[in-house]
Amino acid sequence: MTVRKISLALCCTGLFTFLVACSDQELNNPYRDNDSARSIIYSSFSERPKELDPVKSYNAGEYEFIAQIYEPPLQYHFLKRPYELVPLAAAKMPEKQFFDAQGAHLAEDVDPKQVAYTEYTVTIQSDISYQPHPAFSKDEAGEFRYHQLTATDLERINKLADFEMVASRILTAEDYVYQIKRLAHPNLHSPLAGLLSNYIQGFKDFRIDVLTQLDPQKSWLDLRQIAMTGVEVLDQQRYRIRVKGVYPQFIYWLSMPFFAPIPWEADRFYAQQGMAERNISFDWYPVGTGPYMLTENNPNLRMVLSKNPNFHGELYPTEGEPSDLDNGLLADAGKPLPFVDRIEFSLEKESIPYWNKFLQGYYDTSGISSDSFDQSVELNSRGEFGLSDEMIERDIKLSSAVATSLYYLGFNMLDPVIGGDTERARLLRRAISIAVDYDEFISIFRNGRGEPAQGPIPPGIFGFEEGQAGINPYVYDWQKDALKRKSIEQAKQLLSAAGYANGIDQKSGKPLILYFDTVSRGADSKALLNWMVKQFAKLDIQLVIRTTDGNRFMDKLDKGTFQIYQLGWNADYPDPENFFFLLYGPNSMALSKGQNYSNYQNPEYDQLFDKMKAMENSPQRLRIIQEMNAIVRADAPWVWSFYPKQYSLNHTWYKNVKPNLMANNTFKYRRVDAAKRAQMRKEWNDAVLWPVYVLFVVLLLSIVPAVISYRKRELARGL
Amino acid sequence: MSAYIIRRMLYAIPILIGINLITFILFFVVNSPDDMALMQLGSKHTTELQIEDWKRERGYHLPLLYNTEQSGLGAVTETIFYQKSAKLFVFDFGSSDSGRDIGYDISQRMWPSLALAIPTLLVGLLVTITLALTIAFFRGTYIDYWAVIICVALISISSLFYIIGGQFLIGKLLKIVPISGFDTGLHALKFMILPVLIGIVGGIGSNTRWYRTIFLEEINKDYVRTARSKGLSEQVVLFKHVLRNALIPILTGVVVVLPLLFMGSLLTENFFGIPGLGSYTIDAINRQDFAIVRAMVFLGSVLYIIGLVLTDISYTLVDPRIRLS
Repeated sequence: MTVRKISLALCCTGLFTFLVACSDQELNNPYRDNDSARSIIYSSFSERPKELDPVKSYNAGEYEFIAQIYEPPLQYHFLKRPYELVPLAAAKMPEKQFFDAQGAHLAEDVDPKQVAYTEYTVTIQSDISYQPHPAFSKDEAGEFRYHQLTATDLERINKLADFEMVASRILTAEDYVYQIKRLAHPNLHSPLAGLLSNYIQGFKDFRIDVLTQLDPQKSWLDLRQIAMTGVEVLDQQRYRIRVKGVYPQFIYWLSMPFFAPIPWEADRFYAQQGMAERNISFDWYPVGTGPYMLTENNPNLRMVLSKNPNFHGELYPTEGEPSDLDNGLLADAGKPLPFVDRIEFSLEKESIPYWNKFLQGYYDTSGISSDSFDQSVELNSRGEFGLSDEMIERDIKLSSAVATSLYYLGFNMLDPVIGGDTERARLLRRAISIAVDYDEFISIFRNGRGEPAQGPIPPGIFGFEEGQAGINPYVYDWQKDALKRKSIEQAKQLLSAAGYANGIDQKSGKPLILYFDTVSRGADSKALLNWMVKQFAKLDIQLVIRTTDGNRFMDKLDKGTFQIYQLGWNADYPDPENFFFLLYGPNSMALSKGQNYSNYQNPEYDQLFDKMKAMENSPQRLRIIQEMNAIVRADAPWVWSFYPKQYSLNHTWYKNVKPNLMANNTFKYRRVDAAKRAQMRKEWNDAVLWPVYVLFVVLLLSIVPAVISYRKRELARGL
Repeated sequence: MSAYIIRRMLYAIPILIGINLITFILFFVVNSPDDMALMQLGSKHTTELQIEDWKRERGYHLPLLYNTEQSGLGAVTETIFYQKSAKLFVFDFGSSDSGRDIGYDISQRMWPSLALAIPTLLVGLLVTITLALTIAFFRGTYIDYWAVIICVALISISSLFYIIGGQFLIGKLLKIVPISGFDTGLHALKFMILPVLIGIVGGIGSNTRWYRTIFLEEINKDYVRTARSKGLSEQVVLFKHVLRNALIPILTGVVVVLPLLFMGSLLTENFFGIPGLGSYTIDAINRQDFAIVRAMVFLGSVLYIIGLVLTDISYTLVDPRIRLS
């Protein structure tokens, strides 16, 4: 009996070994097909995209998908820096014209105060077609095949692929106008609706018109039949947008998926009763003209973008920065895009498995999380970050870029102690700005992944100045061509001058106690909060930490019941206006529920902001920016914390990688050396089976004494 | 028995209402409808009007529990609690706050949870019962002594350690199976090996020790002594007599968790990227999607009650002396 069992076990082991030996695929390969010869990018997503409808989608995780599918009129140049807008679906850059209140055309260099509205005329290319989609399919009579579906028709339909017939059509200017109208539709809740209603003429009125015409009995409202005064179709290829006053930043919005085209046929198709219940909607099945289309949408498992067979074609850029040529980024110049047939995103919720799979070659690129930082990056003798030996051995490349983002420690300017326009409060804020050592913070908590901020504008945005010209003189000195934080003694002097010598309020004789409101992130944030308390303790100021959940924290900001808080801002577009508006008086939370959470008010700053906002980039605009920087640095409504630095690791087979923090549609530029990847995967993933055999043998051997013991007992009983 | 089951089902109604109420209060103590709207719409450039529109469209503009503007029954029915909870009792889960069909999502995501939970439970039971019986057979020997120590050691290790350790050892060092991921159909097999193995190993310590205690209790009873005195082999004594009589407490533990297998394992699903109902619930909590949280808590409660009823029924099957009344 026992011998039989052991023989069976050995047979099983032999069969297992045989199967393993027969398999030409790595045992730990998480992908289904043998893709050694296929040009596929492997990436991941950590949570289901909330929205894929370009009218609502507004975060990086969602743009990773839809920016490859939809084509707004403009895009950011892949290689050029500073960031530059270039045509995407547009045939050329939009034409801009100024008009006064009487409709008279004004010169380009006119005083912005005279401008009543600006017209942008967008001309799109004539040879662009949509991806194949059932919404365009027509029957022999020329009627749309799937626009009048009944409940019976839908019985056999569960997903888009269940519709047998698909078709396409040419992109027209009307599709762009249709989408702008969708942005204003009150039931679609576009996050941009509030902002655009301040700029696009007739946007607010259109919302009202839609509300009056909405009929609960009808599932679809044809937005083509409702006019919006500020948006007009000129002909098949041209449309015009009328923007109130002067708003040069408007052009940046034209590069975002909000302004991508939507064919009315698809809207009509998705609006039919029974479609939403089946998740057949824009949110599930985007319809675009871009290089890729979503061919598998299983957000619980995998999302796949495949080449759009109707893609109109685009060429890899032929110009870039001087270093791009040396870095091989122009090797594909002039070649048709996209290079890769398929992009596969797998659900990966945790960073550790992702990192390990990246090291095994199953993902092409990876960020560097704090868990893997020490393993991947080392500080060299010159104090610069470089790859660790393990990464070099695997021929992994490192790329880094300072994000167009800013973190700051804000003061509530309405607070009687820390806020206000008095010299006493100003000196107190400046003293704190010196004491809270963000150089140390970057080193301890971010592994050096950041640069100490000198003002509201991060690198890469017009108005940011390098070197001595760009330092915050209230916190730093410029010594030996480097930043040097002012000493804590200088901070104490400022504190003393403010009437808080040794952390005691000279007026009341009571110790100075300040309150820091922050979102609780559990035990992980304890060290960080302790560090913050110690920074204030350097000035003998007692800092009380008030942790709360995210909702209550936002509630406190809303009501102004806080003293100090910490937040960050990520650029929507590369213009200084997108950062300075965070301190613009009329945008304060107390006044208008805006994003000026510090409730900072300075009439001089506000005046300069109004002026700067309406200007194109120029030396004159730079001078105004310098003035604005000087004002906010002196007033110190924020402690300028740091500009985060992003590092990413890329396998050697993953080509044309250059961080572009503004563009989201960069997959079309990527190229993959699939043969090299297959070779490396095989090399790195040879299964180690001997421990399994050893374990098996040990288990078998351990059974032997038990069997002997059992037999002895049985026999003993028999006797 | 039918009367008993019907009575138990009726008892379940006030329990479910209570659970719903507690979930509702706990959720809305932490999140307001405004917070939920902001979470869905995003905080950038969102206006008060948009928040109001969002709430109105989804019925979150109503008072939470009592509508003072309504009279009579309307004071109770025209509230978020009533509007959102009543349909649950006919298993109409409605749409999530982001607009997705919850019933469809549950039907899709319960299969990965089951694919993980069923083999873990069955193989785990087989392994732990075998181990426990073996240890019981060698009671009082060094095998028993060391087995208990190893069990206690296994219990003391965090489940997170098993997961990360398992991924590191089997996925990363030995490269025998994928570190994480999931697929459909038979392709899911290679992804299931590691999480199932970890689930089994993770449960060995506590279950073996528990079953050992049950078996030892049985093994000293008179009927076992009688069986032995009849000359039956120890194998027959253990597997035919002891195991059968020890099934009641084992069933208590097993049958009650059977329906809950649908609900998935939060940690394992997250680390292995398995799209089950455990990760569905946690994602919903993170997104402040009350519709999903409410549906999942309700479903969990119903399944738990079903589990308890099934346990009672299973008693009658394994022990004819027990009658449901």
